[in-house]
Amino acid sequence: MSIVSISNLSKTYADGFQALKNVDLEIRRGEILALLGPNGAGKTTLISIICGIVNASSGAVTVDGYDSVKDYRITRELIGLVPQELALGAFEKVWDSLCFSRGLFAKKPDPAYLEKVLKDLALWDKRKAILMELSGGMKRRVLIAKALVHEPRVLFLDEPTAGVDVELRKDMWALVEQLRQAGVTIILTTHYIEEAEAIADRVGVINRGELLLVDDKHALMHKLGKRQLEIELVSPVAALPASLADFSLEISRDGNILTYTYDPHKADTGIDKLMKTIATAGFTIKDMNTVKSSLEDIFVNLIKGNGEDAA
Amino acid sequence: MNIYAIRVIYKYEMKRAFETLGQSFASPVLSTVLYFVVFGSAIGSRIDAVGEVSYGLFIVPGLIMLAILTQSVANASFGIFFPRFTGQIYEVLSAPISFIEIIIGYVGAAATKSLLIAIIILLTASFFVEIHIAHPVWMLAFLLLTCISFSLFGFIIGLWAKDFENLQIIPLLVITPLVFLGGSFYSINMLPPFWQTVSLFNPVVYLISGFRWSFFEAADVSVGLSLFVVVLFLTACLLIVWWMFKTGYRLKQ
Repeated sequence: MSIVSISNLSKTYADGFQALKNVDLEIRRGEILALLGPNGAGKTTLISIICGIVNASSGAVTVDGYDSVKDYRITRELIGLVPQELALGAFEKVWDSLCFSRGLFAKKPDPAYLEKVLKDLALWDKRKAILMELSGGMKRRVLIAKALVHEPRVLFLDEPTAGVDVELRKDMWALVEQLRQAGVTIILTTHYIEEAEAIADRVGVINRGELLLVDDKHALMHKLGKRQLEIELVSPVAALPASLADFSLEISRDGNILTYTYDPHKADTGIDKLMKTIATAGFTIKDMNTVKSSLEDIFVNLIKGNGEDAA
Repeated sequence: MNIYAIRVIYKYEMKRAFETLGQSFASPVLSTVLYFVVFGSAIGSRIDAVGEVSYGLFIVPGLIMLAILTQSVANASFGIFFPRFTGQIYEVLSAPISFIEIIIGYVGAAATKSLLIAIIILLTASFFVEIHIAHPVWMLAFLLLTCISFSLFGFIIGLWAKDFENLQIIPLLVITPLVFLGGSFYSINMLPPFWQTVSLFNPVVYLISGFRWSFFEAADVSVGLSLFVVVLFLTACLLIVWWMFKTGYRLKQ
């Protein structure tokens, strides 16, 4: 079932910084997994260990059943990596750079395949361009092309849309979907919650080197998502009567909107009772609106909770 | 064995040299010509022959050594330092390639460039003096061993260096003095006894002496000893590189 299996992985850098603490993670074949976390949470370290760029302090990683240290030749051939930094040479041509990447990954030259990759990424016209002269977005595409030229089964995208314009971001999402259709497992790290919400199947949250949770995106929102009912009143209220105290309502500054937070998965959400109590209290309702909490709210709450625990 | 990877790294490095043809090959030729003009003609005409060999001819092996030692270190150190500096190295590190293959690619290319430079200098020198090589096979052996071991040494510096200053400092403060004091332009027998003894601690003396022997059958130290020192140096470099890759020093830490 899982294509990448991470067990008890820890990493302490030479300066004593512990970037990962006993991380366990199963990445399922063919899924899109988004790893969310603030800067310095350990996302890049985790990816780097799986790809062989950083040595782990302890723990193990297997890819398709092969150990990433002992059988590194097999595991690395299966993996493609798009790094966060625009780490490219300066003076070579796009085409040469791709040939270099393919060779590194022990694949014999295949111009037809390279052409396909370049065309998929709208880079074909730029194949003879010098890397240094490309725009940031183009460089990002070249990095993706370089990661794909050896036909990997697992693709790591480390913040693929950081500093990328809206159009390119949408292109990137489409590309990710296209790769998934082709059976490639995709792991992406991101700051952008909407990105995870838009394209991921599962979401993992990392903070301070710990994997706080991994869950199906919908299940996660279901489990942790709260809902709010906003009640707009015809005339503003200054204070609430005692009968409404149990509902812990929030009053907006102008006194027009009452906000009720509830758990939509409970049999009794309390809305019915609230409505009746409001009517009894003599308020007249003008409008109502329910708001679902987004992945972003969930994420912020998790990180906050984790930070406070540690402090 | 990942032959494709070795091939692309080697090709990439060689291409870099041929794209900067002037810098890679014309400058060693020019400096050789300058050395010949200054040492060979201007000063050399006032210096007696060293043993049986005229001074102009005597400095040829030293000049070649001077060039390949500095070029090997410079080429190999830059070759691995630059991708580390730009971050491109991630690709090599994440590729299915062993450290031996990485070394064959990078060090092999640096050593090849040095070998080409040595040949170019030898050809250039043949316009100034008549060159006779007594033991061509040994000459080639010394040349190859020196190119490989000093390229390895440069590779180590490229892995160790944290910035461009680090990259420059060893060649400038260690290699250049050792080469100049290693008998490139003189036989250490010309030195006072005290400095002769000091010179024996300079490994470059053994390299130049052995290499010179392959030309003229005359040497400052015995050929066997020269060969032993070169192989020792090569082994030491290999061990250091092996340790660096094993521990991930400056690469995977």
